Amino acid sequence: MGRGAFGSWYVISSATLLRSVPLIIIGLGIATAFRAGALNIGAEGQFYAGAIAATWLGLHVAGWPAPFAIGSVWLVAVVAGGAWVVVPVILKLRFGVLEVISTLLLNFIASALVSLMVTGPLQEARRTYPQSDLIATSARLAVFPGTRLHLGFLVALLLAVGLHVFFSRSIGGFHLLVTGIGPRAAEISGRIDVRKTSALALLCSGGFAGLAGGMEITGVSYALFQNLSPGYGFTAIAVALLARLNPLAIVATGILFGALEAGAAAMQREASVPTVVVNVVEAAIIVSVLVVEVARRRIAARVNAEESE
Amino acid sequence: MSEAPPLLTAFLEASIRVATPLVLAATGETIAERSGVINLGIEGAMLAGALASAIGATRSGPWVGVLLAILAGMALAALFAAIVVGVGADQIIAGTAMTLLATGLTGVSYRQYYGTAGAGLSLPTLDPVEIPLLHRIPVLGPALFNQSLLTYVAVLAVPVVWWALFRTRWGLALRAAGEWREAAAAAGVRVGPIRAVAVILGGGFAGLAGASLVLAQVGTFAEQMTAGRGFIAIAIVVLGGWHPVRVALAGLLFGGAMALQFLFQALGLQLPYQLFLMFPYVVTLFALAGLVGSVRAPAGLARQD
Repeated sequence: MGRGAFGSWYVISSATLLRSVPLIIIGLGIATAFRAGALNIGAEGQFYAGAIAATWLGLHVAGWPAPFAIGSVWLVAVVAGGAWVVVPVILKLRFGVLEVISTLLLNFIASALVSLMVTGPLQEARRTYPQSDLIATSARLAVFPGTRLHLGFLVALLLAVGLHVFFSRSIGGFHLLVTGIGPRAAEISGRIDVRKTSALALLCSGGFAGLAGGMEITGVSYALFQNLSPGYGFTAIAVALLARLNPLAIVATGILFGALEAGAAAMQREASVPTVVVNVVEAAIIVSVLVVEVARRRIAARVNAEESE
Repeated sequence: MSEAPPLLTAFLEASIRVATPLVLAATGETIAERSGVINLGIEGAMLAGALASAIGATRSGPWVGVLLAILAGMALAALFAAIVVGVGADQIIAGTAMTLLATGLTGVSYRQYYGTAGAGLSLPTLDPVEIPLLHRIPVLGPALFNQSLLTYVAVLAVPVVWWALFRTRWGLALRAAGEWREAAAAAGVRVGPIRAVAVILGGGFAGLAGASLVLAQVGTFAEQMTAGRGFIAIAIVVLGGWHPVRVALAGLLFGGAMALQFLFQALGLQLPYQLFLMFPYVVTLFALAGLVGSVRAPAGLARQD
């Protein structure tokens, strides 16, 4: 398993880091939503919404200058990912439906939609396999020489730094945090619109997941098909939680889980251990983080109580 | 008109068959949520139950499968209860983790147990059982009274759970724990243990739901075969306003939505099958939007301590 993740520079870059790109980007989105107390469990669906939109536009940009083509494809991916969260946002704001349930249900709708697309409107011209044609070369990302790692990795790093600055230095990041920690206090302060903040956080997190889908199309697969994502949307929850919703730490945990996924894929090839074993590891990590978090809170509360005595 | 009765009967029969796992899982989740715990892990408990029932049925017959399924669901729910009731961790994230865990564990053990060939269609399943006389009622009879025993179990479970929740001291304590735990505790209710029991009972129902999916509906196991039915069951609990009888009716409605594809196929309507795949989820979203406001969740639901 170690060899499949860190065995050589080629494996590190083309398996581990390559897989970390969607995990980091989706993880950043999940951190944004979770910080605002909005539990977006539907990143998988938003990823697919982005991938569908990216494929659709990517098939039509032949002859465009590359930066323009790639930029447009990413933009529609972001918009599609965000749009996929619009329904949960409306349901939450207008009807008080838990976003957890609505975002989850939309995962299944997105997955069926991909299947519909690759056997219908976006199916390859030969109509043999349930997959799309390859997107125009102008929309494909450059890769680092000698590897499969595409430039999207740098974008992921830049986004992490940008989000870190936003969270730690801006008033918007502060609003997000207060909305998540103390929605009542935020409301009473009169300066923070809790509903708007959490809605915006949800839309952003959808945009991040959509971008990850677009990135996967423009940088890795160049085509749409079912099971494009091996559950990135769920793994990214573990990525974000383990990083304690800190954008810079998400880069590290994203690479860690990229290595896990890459190692598991190698184990499946060589030792026929199914990749779903990663899910068990993810679950264990999520639970450990939750338990440690509660313990930390208890200790902090006890220290506070003792100090005030 | 000679065509209509058999078609309607087939549709009703399919609706009830498809609704059975949903009603079972939603009934169990109603108990847990009434005690103040939302368990997103019932999707995983259902999946674990599905695999356990397949393995049990392969080894020693369908009823051993049913038993193993209940135990598997309860085991997963017990772990969840330890994390959220024992430690006091976030219910929603812990529930998601339980579903991930079950997805991984069932995927690995399925391949360990059945190898690459898969479970196949050789499982001993639960055949429909005719209820004497009643099954001869025209149209309705064959649909309602010629189902697997697990359907009848689901039908019986609904009044039993209603009675337990609303007519026993235990039920009163459980609902108090779900509404206002501090008050319940002050009145002498042991909130932690009662919630743990409610969650584990709910897990048992979810496991049973998995068994009915495998043994009375699909006839085999496939990885991730629950496909969100556990999550739909959670939505059904909301639609049914946390009341066992209305929850069961909401489950039946969903069975109908899912069985529509059989009806459409029988009518010869040519639509992409993916639309039918989406349909139950779309219906759930609409129903949630339409019904919220008229129902009220237990006040203490999903609150972290």
